[in-house]
Amino acid sequence: MDTGHRRVGDQPWVRRTLIGIALLVALFMLVIPVVVIFAEAFSAGWSTFAGNVTDEYTVHAIGLTLFVAALTVPLNLVFGTALAWSVTRFRFPGRKLLITLIDIPFAVSPVIAGLLYLLLYGRNGWLGGWLASHDVQLMFSWPGIVMVTVFVTCPFVARELIPLMQQQGSEEEEAGVVLGASGWRIFRKITLPNIKWALIYGVVLTNARAVGEFGAVSVVSGNVRGETNTLPLHVELLYQDYNVVGAFASASLLAAIAMLTLVVKAFVEWRQSRPIVSTPEKEVS
Amino acid sequence: MSASANSGVAPVRRFSGRSKRVLPGFGLSLGISLFFVSLVLLLPLSGLVVETSGMSWDQFWFTITDPRVVESYKVTLWTAFAASVFNGFFGLLLAWILVRYEFPGKRIVDAFVDLPFALPTAVAGITLATLFAQNGWYGQWLAKLGIEVAFTPLGIVVAMAFTSIPFVVRTVQPVLEELSPADEEAAVSLGASDGRVFRKVIFPSLWPALVTGVALSFTRSLGEFGAIIFIAGNTPYVSEVTSLMVFIRLQEYDYAAASAIASVVLLASLVLLFAINLWQGRYLRRLEGR
Repeated sequence: MDTGHRRVGDQPWVRRTLIGIALLVALFMLVIPVVVIFAEAFSAGWSTFAGNVTDEYTVHAIGLTLFVAALTVPLNLVFGTALAWSVTRFRFPGRKLLITLIDIPFAVSPVIAGLLYLLLYGRNGWLGGWLASHDVQLMFSWPGIVMVTVFVTCPFVARELIPLMQQQGSEEEEAGVVLGASGWRIFRKITLPNIKWALIYGVVLTNARAVGEFGAVSVVSGNVRGETNTLPLHVELLYQDYNVVGAFASASLLAAIAMLTLVVKAFVEWRQSRPIVSTPEKEVS
Repeated sequence: MSASANSGVAPVRRFSGRSKRVLPGFGLSLGISLFFVSLVLLLPLSGLVVETSGMSWDQFWFTITDPRVVESYKVTLWTAFAASVFNGFFGLLLAWILVRYEFPGKRIVDAFVDLPFALPTAVAGITLATLFAQNGWYGQWLAKLGIEVAFTPLGIVVAMAFTSIPFVVRTVQPVLEELSPADEEAAVSLGASDGRVFRKVIFPSLWPALVTGVALSFTRSLGEFGAIIFIAGNTPYVSEVTSLMVFIRLQEYDYAAASAIASVVLLASLVLLFAINLWQGRYLRRLEGR
C-alpha cells in the first residue's frame, strides 16, 4: 500500500458513503424532476401530447419564444464579446466597476427587472409617455418582451468569456499586431479560434435563459393568448387552467432545450480539455 | 478597422500597464460596452429612482412597512437562508465527490448539476409542485411522515434550493481542483485523522469559495419568483415572498407601491452583489499572492 500518497476521504467506506449520499441528492433533486416532466407530458398518450404541442396557441407561443430568442442572442453576443475584449485586453479607470455592473441582472429579481422597464417605457413612464404620443407602444407587446429578455440574459456571454480571455492573455494578439494584421483580422484569426467554445456555450446559455425567462416577461407581456404569450407564460396559463398534461407538454419542449444546453456544455468542456494543436500565428502571416 | 485601431491607441497608452497598449479596438469595444450598459442596465434603474423619489417619505415608509409586506420579508429571508445553508452543505458534498472520486456516471452527474440554470423557472415550479403535491411522487411519502411541502413555506425552501444549488457546486469545484495535495498528504502521513486534516488543512483554503457560493445562492433565492409561486400556495402572511408582493402591487396597477417594495429588495441585492465581488476580489488577490 502506498500510504504516503493517501488523501483525505480515500478510505473505501468514506468514499462509498459520500458518493452514495451525493448520488441520492442528485437523483431526487435533479434527475427525477426531469423524468417527471416527460412522464406527465406523455401521461395521456402520444397522440394527446402531439395534439397539445400542435395546438394553435401553443404553436404561436413557440413561434414568439423563438422570435424573441433570435433577436436577443445576437445582441448579447455582440455586447458580451465587446465587453470581454475591453475589460480583458485593456486597463482603464472604472474597469472593475464595469465588471461588477454587468452582474446586476444576476442579482435583480426578474419581477423587478420587468418593473424597471415598465416604469420607464410604460404609458405613464417618462420615456413611455413620449413614445405613446408618437404612437409607439413597447410594453405589453413583443418589443417589451425582447427588451427585458436582453436585460436578463446580458451577463452570460461576457461571464463565459472574461475568465478565459484573462487567462489566455494577449501575447498571441500582440504578435499579430507586430506582424501588421488589422484589428478585425486579429480578432477573427487569433482571438475567435481561442474563445470559440466558450463563446458557443455563452450563446447556448443566453438562448436557454431567453427561451425560458418567466418573471420579467410576465410583468411586461400582458399575457394575451395567441399574441404576447411566450412558451413559459403559456405553461403557467395551462397549469392555472388545470390542464396539467397540456402544461407539461409545453414544459417538456423547454426541458428538451435545457437538456440540449447541458449536452452542449459537456461537449464544450470536453473540447476545451483537449490540447491545442493549431498554430494560429501561421494563419495570420 | 484601422480607424478604430488608431482612435484606440491614445487612451490605452495613457491608462494601460506594460504590453497592453498595442492591441486595437479599445474605443470600439468600450464604446459598445458603455452604450449597452447605460441603455440596458442604468437607464431602467434610474426609472425606479425617479418613481420612488416621487413619493413622500411617509408614503414610502407606510408602503414598505405594511404588515403583509413585512411578513413577506421575513418569509423570504428565512427561506432563502435555509435554502442556502442546505445548498452549502450538499453543494460542497457534490463538488467533493465530483473532484475527488471516480465512479460510473460521474460525467452525467456533473452535467446535471447545471440543470437548474438551464431549466426555465416556470417549468421547475410546476415540476416541483407536482412532485410534492399530496398525491405526487414525493408528496405521498412525505405525507405519511406528516410533512407537508406543497403550499407551505417549506415549498419555498425547496424551490429556492433547487434553483440555486449550482452556484455552490460551481464555485467550490475549481478551488477543490486547485488544492495542492502536498500539505494534505503530509498531514495524513504524520498520523492526523481525516476529520482533523479536513478542518485544519482543507477547510481553511476552501471556505472563502464556499462563502461566495452560499452568498450567491442566497442572493439568487431572494429574487426568485417563477419556481416559487407554483409551489408556495401564496397565502398572505404565511407563504408570500417579496418578489410576489411586487408582482401583486403591479397587478393592482399600484406602480408606486411596487416600486417602493422593489427598491428595498433591489438595494439588499445590490449591496450583497457588491459585497460578494469585493470579497472575491480580495480573496483572489490573496490566492495569487499579489
